[in-house]
Amino acid sequence: MLSRVADNVYWLARYVERAENLARLVEVNASLMLDLPRELAPGWQSLITITGSQERFDELGKSTSERDIIRFLLAEPENQGSMVSALAQARELARTLREILPREVWEHLNGLALYVNERANDAVDKRTRHGFLRYVILATQSLTGMLEGIVSEGPALWFMALGRNIERADMTSRIVDVRALGMLPAQGSAMGPFATIQWMSVLRSLSGYQMYRIKTGQRVYPAGVVSYLLADTDFPRACVCCLRRAQEVLLRLPNSQSLVSRVQQLRDGIAATSFELLDGDAVHQYIDQLQLSLAAIHDDIRQTYFLAGLAAVHPGAGESQSQA
Amino acid sequence: MAIRWTDYPAAPHHDELIAPGGAPRHGAEAVARHLESLGISELTVRQKAAEAAVKAMGITFTVYHEEGGSIDRAWPLDIIPRVIEAAEWRRIDAGLRQRARALNLFIDDIYHAQRIVNDGVFPRQYLADSVNFRSQCVGINPPLGVWAHICGSDLVRGADGTMYVLEDNLRVPSGVSYMLENRQVIKRVFPELFEENTILPVDDYPSQLYDMLRAIAPPGIDKPEVVVLTPGIYNSAYFEHAYLAQQMGCELVEGRDLVVDKDDCVHMRTIDGWSRVHVIYRRIDDLFLDPEAFRPDSTLGVPGLLRAWRAGKVALANAPGAGVADDKLVYTFVPAMIRYYLGEEAILPNVPSYLCAEPDQLQFVLANLANLVVKPTNESGGYGMLMGPRSTEQEREEFALLVRANPRNYIAQPVLQLSTVPTLIDQQIEPRHVDLRPFILSGSEVQVTMGGLTRVAMRRGSLVVNSSQGGGSKDTWIVETSK
Repeated sequence: MLSRVADNVYWLARYVERAENLARLVEVNASLMLDLPRELAPGWQSLITITGSQERFDELGKSTSERDIIRFLLAEPENQGSMVSALAQARELARTLREILPREVWEHLNGLALYVNERANDAVDKRTRHGFLRYVILATQSLTGMLEGIVSEGPALWFMALGRNIERADMTSRIVDVRALGMLPAQGSAMGPFATIQWMSVLRSLSGYQMYRIKTGQRVYPAGVVSYLLADTDFPRACVCCLRRAQEVLLRLPNSQSLVSRVQQLRDGIAATSFELLDGDAVHQYIDQLQLSLAAIHDDIRQTYFLAGLAAVHPGAGESQSQA
Repeated sequence: MAIRWTDYPAAPHHDELIAPGGAPRHGAEAVARHLESLGISELTVRQKAAEAAVKAMGITFTVYHEEGGSIDRAWPLDIIPRVIEAAEWRRIDAGLRQRARALNLFIDDIYHAQRIVNDGVFPRQYLADSVNFRSQCVGINPPLGVWAHICGSDLVRGADGTMYVLEDNLRVPSGVSYMLENRQVIKRVFPELFEENTILPVDDYPSQLYDMLRAIAPPGIDKPEVVVLTPGIYNSAYFEHAYLAQQMGCELVEGRDLVVDKDDCVHMRTIDGWSRVHVIYRRIDDLFLDPEAFRPDSTLGVPGLLRAWRAGKVALANAPGAGVADDKLVYTFVPAMIRYYLGEEAILPNVPSYLCAEPDQLQFVLANLANLVVKPTNESGGYGMLMGPRSTEQEREEFALLVRANPRNYIAQPVLQLSTVPTLIDQQIEPRHVDLRPFILSGSEVQVTMGGLTRVAMRRGSLVVNSSQGGGSKDTWIVETSK
């Protein structure tokens, strides 16, 4: 497969996954706002930090009102990281991949991008927000299902799985981070009665409440949920599970040895961490480190397979290598 | 509403389906009867179904806008087919093959001994002034001696029923994917007609193209890697590039996917590393192909590609420099070329043309601007020309200045009354002017598509068939008749 095409399918999957997780991110914060007493609620500004878009937000000179922040995260075409932008970019990439993607995939993605472009303002209004976010989550899930259901095994599918799992691991860690900020005043007694309920809604926004109960057999408590969402090997949105899946795909790709062991290192590191001992601040710092490691893995993928990485290397004199 | 062919204005132009008086032409009887039996309202339903199919199949073309980039539009297709009897087609097919052979001999000669110039058949001055002559190509021997592997020649039929060649497109002619897709759609629209008549199939083209491309690979390569090179998604023919790559099972590459190594071999970047490429069906114009050899500012091409081609390490189709014969002035010499190289008379005539480069003919053209079409020799897509009978006094005066300033750049032709085909317009059947673009493949043998792409001017009386300027298209049927 051409490096450029691999690059495009990888990013296509990342953008779609990003759109889904932006929906989940807004949803988890919205429920946090409902769950916590006004004086303890963290507000919306933390989402700007957590999505790493503070600089762009300041450039655009938006107010920090709920409406402006949600519009910035979901509906702002001037924000490269917004849901609208993510889907627009996914759609542009899909246009270049029409000879590879089944027609249904293109049509579905096209429809979703158009829908979000027209309706993203529904997310600003509290009454219509939930319905809009649910729709986006469902539509992205069906796109992912479609890819699994009708695209043949091969580099195209593998690079999409790779992109999706890297993005998902990253976004899950960011969603945990939202709540970790909520954990900050945990030493104070005021949070006590609300600790459980807020972590239940984190699990719910990642569609993981039931899976958590089945797997752990435990009641919901902060460190238990953090540990589950970061270190579980089986829940598809848990970071380690995403890494495991990325690893499985990498094993099928050429020249992946060092990448596979790099991912293994990160997995081992997470597995060896005892989240019971960490407070909110420590979790936040831990997640920062985790995101850096994920970015390094992404960079490795880019260097190994994509155009930007290969451009610097010259082909061996006349040597032609086997191709996928 | 019923369709009555006796009410259809089949004159004064030559109509492809209906003879003056309302009788269907030979070969078109079944279509004409079938359309009658359906009536306008059913025909309209089927037209809508065809448009829905075009949309669902994602058949699009790209239109540029000066502002706001480019947009994808659904491909316009009128469901009433254009019919050509197989017996007539065989003669056209022979004429096109003859033409392609002569054109390839001409290009090869121009880049070698220039016998045709030395023998005084083609004036040296015209060659010296040609903007598509590439000195970088002199002395090169491309595989099989072929330069123009894919040629799209435009045919038009005059009022007297004669089929003329209007121009030969030898650079990167497009449209063949639409010919193939039109057939897919129309088969669904008129399954009855396909069952009951012998309509010759067009579907062979991608296999023929692939076989031809493999045949020009550098010698000694067991399984040559063939790729399609596109300028990218914003090119107006991107749909076709992706379509042909998919149909042939080839990679669709962009310039940045390819690298020419020190040993002059071309490699593409894959996830496994570098992989050698042997044949490139390039859909990028000469001047953008290689910034080392041509325009240094081109970002679409591949540095060193011409070097690789000259070294025989990669085959390019069409070969660089083939465009030297894609010039309306050279076009006027094609019948002479056929005589010179093949010792035959041209089977298909040219449209009579006046060369503004010749002083006496220039005088005639300037004196008769109101009755002529004046065309720049190196434009495509119908741009930059003067339609005499439709022009204003002022436009003619302005155009005369252009022609006088650079006579080599213009030829003139009488205004041809292009033939018509019945077309569904606002719930009526009306005649609309058409042309025809068959595609000719030249490799170890010369092959012509079965029919071609029929383009139709959708506005009443208009002769402009280009899709970028509001033209539509039709399926073209070569029909075997019993007689």
